[in-house]
Amino acid sequence: MDLPVIASSVAPSGGCAAGICANSISQTGGHSEDLTEALRARVEDHPCYSEDAHHYFARMHVAVAPACNIQCHYCNRKYDCANESRPGVVSELLTPEQAVRKTLAVAAAIPQMSVLGIAGPGDPLANPERTFATFRELALKAPDIKLCLSTNGLMLPAHIDELAKHNIDHVTITINCVDPDVGAQIYPWIFWQHRRVLGREAAAILIGEQQKGLEMLVARGILVKVNSVLIPGVNDRHLVEVSKIVKAKGAFLHNVMPLIAEPEHGTFYGVIGQRSPTPAELQALQDACAGDMNMMRHCRQCRADAVGLLGEDRGAEFSLDKIAAMTIDYQAAMALRADVRAQIKAELQSKRDQAAEQALKQAEQARAAVAPQLLEFPIRPVQPAGRPVLMAVAAKNGVVAVHFGHAREFLLYQASEAGARLVGHRKADAYCAGDDSCGDGETLLGRTIKVLEDCEVVLCARIGIEPWGRLEAAGIQPNGEHAMEPIAEAVMAVWQEMLAAGKLDPGRAEAKRA
Amino acid sequence: MALEIIESCVNCWACLPLCPHQAIFAAQPHFLIDSEKCTECSGDFRAAQCASICPIEGAIVDELGEALNPPGSLTGIPPDRWAAARAEIAARQVVNKWSISGH
Repeated sequence: MDLPVIASSVAPSGGCAAGICANSISQTGGHSEDLTEALRARVEDHPCYSEDAHHYFARMHVAVAPACNIQCHYCNRKYDCANESRPGVVSELLTPEQAVRKTLAVAAAIPQMSVLGIAGPGDPLANPERTFATFRELALKAPDIKLCLSTNGLMLPAHIDELAKHNIDHVTITINCVDPDVGAQIYPWIFWQHRRVLGREAAAILIGEQQKGLEMLVARGILVKVNSVLIPGVNDRHLVEVSKIVKAKGAFLHNVMPLIAEPEHGTFYGVIGQRSPTPAELQALQDACAGDMNMMRHCRQCRADAVGLLGEDRGAEFSLDKIAAMTIDYQAAMALRADVRAQIKAELQSKRDQAAEQALKQAEQARAAVAPQLLEFPIRPVQPAGRPVLMAVAAKNGVVAVHFGHAREFLLYQASEAGARLVGHRKADAYCAGDDSCGDGETLLGRTIKVLEDCEVVLCARIGIEPWGRLEAAGIQPNGEHAMEPIAEAVMAVWQEMLAAGKLDPGRAEAKRA
Repeated sequence: MALEIIESCVNCWACLPLCPHQAIFAAQPHFLIDSEKCTECSGDFRAAQCASICPIEGAIVDELGEALNPPGSLTGIPPDRWAAARAEIAARQVVNKWSISGH
């Protein structure tokens, strides 16, 4: 019987084998030992910092910071489009007072809301009065909401004390390079000490301030995430070095995001035809960085006015006129948030406990099973159980819950004998959904299949006959048999079925890696 | 001597807090400069502050109507390239409308 041998090579920890990524902060890319328990506790309710949390906790951005002090070649300040979803796009600019009212309204309507961020649409620290006025009021009126900020870093050293004073817990810096020659291809200018600085000199100043700011934040105990935009041919290989350096300086998470560039966006990269990375290129780079750094795989590149869970945007429910019509009991809302938070944390803790218990049990079983066999067949090499398989999952709240045709995004899991590991996500419809105004004529289904082309399996709650056939024809096996099961369990069940059916023999060429 | 903000302004606020004479004010459809207060920053800074941070080419002009940031100077997009991209997008939209009405 072969099974014990297979079991012997099952890694007892790592991955998300038993439950929804419950055994660790799984954004660590296999380096969970890097994260202390204290750190885990600090990020466990932050959807942008903890992969566990993003299934349960919601966040919102308030668009109070319109001004920006640098130009990035992937950004165009003119755009204000309701159909687009990308950073730097908003529908409605808010004053600090309006932002506070909106935050309190959302936090009352969505008790899972744990984090308020200021991310633009410009740079929060290029609008220090508006940004800090918002933080100041919210710290008073909703002390249970975590405050965070996302910046290009140019003014970080200048505002570091103010940031620390407002009890900002998490800061994200967008760092696309550490080399001014690379930077000169990304940033045409910055505004610095009362003048516009161009080219390489601008990039050198920006890089210097970003690195100084990163060090100062770490020295003050503020958690730092680093975002990088992957621009093929410009900074792709360079980002591995960026990852090493920011980790060495104490950033705790690195998030490499794909460039978004379409001519319609009117950005330099969009207009000159700079291409975006393919999903596979993005994943390869994230994997290359993962050896050195905790990588974030669940980023959705949300708008500067996003509201709700990552991957959903409920911003339209909370426009200024709708908020004006709401009556809110702030005290009751805070009490409800505390209850909801306690429930979610208890659920996450029990999942972690279960996972730890199961891992322990597996390790024991493996030891028990292998020991006598090794005596019997001492020279038999341990065969790898089966190759890894990339699967896309139409999920909500950590379970396989979404109809294929309704999925606006898919989570990508790599299933292997080590368990199910989140490796990324794919948007199912283009950034601009309107086919008539900005599509390229290709159908939505065709586009969805294209973004999933490197996957072998798609798990969803249900699926229609037409997409089933089209997916099969594209070499992607649809699977609707695990509806409402936790993602990792469903993914591993499918992988085990494939293994049992002999589809994962190590000698067999990987159909999808041609 | 005063600068002027024209209709291509996107109301991004970047200039407003930088003006040493508080000459810039928020207005609809776009921000404006009070010509009584504006000195073009002479005596205060080497370059006009509003035009030094404005991200929109052509949005701030001098008394002769000359753009302080002419086309191509900030984004790096050559004007003819931008025109070609816009023509291509417009052509694509026409094709899509035809294919939709054809159904």
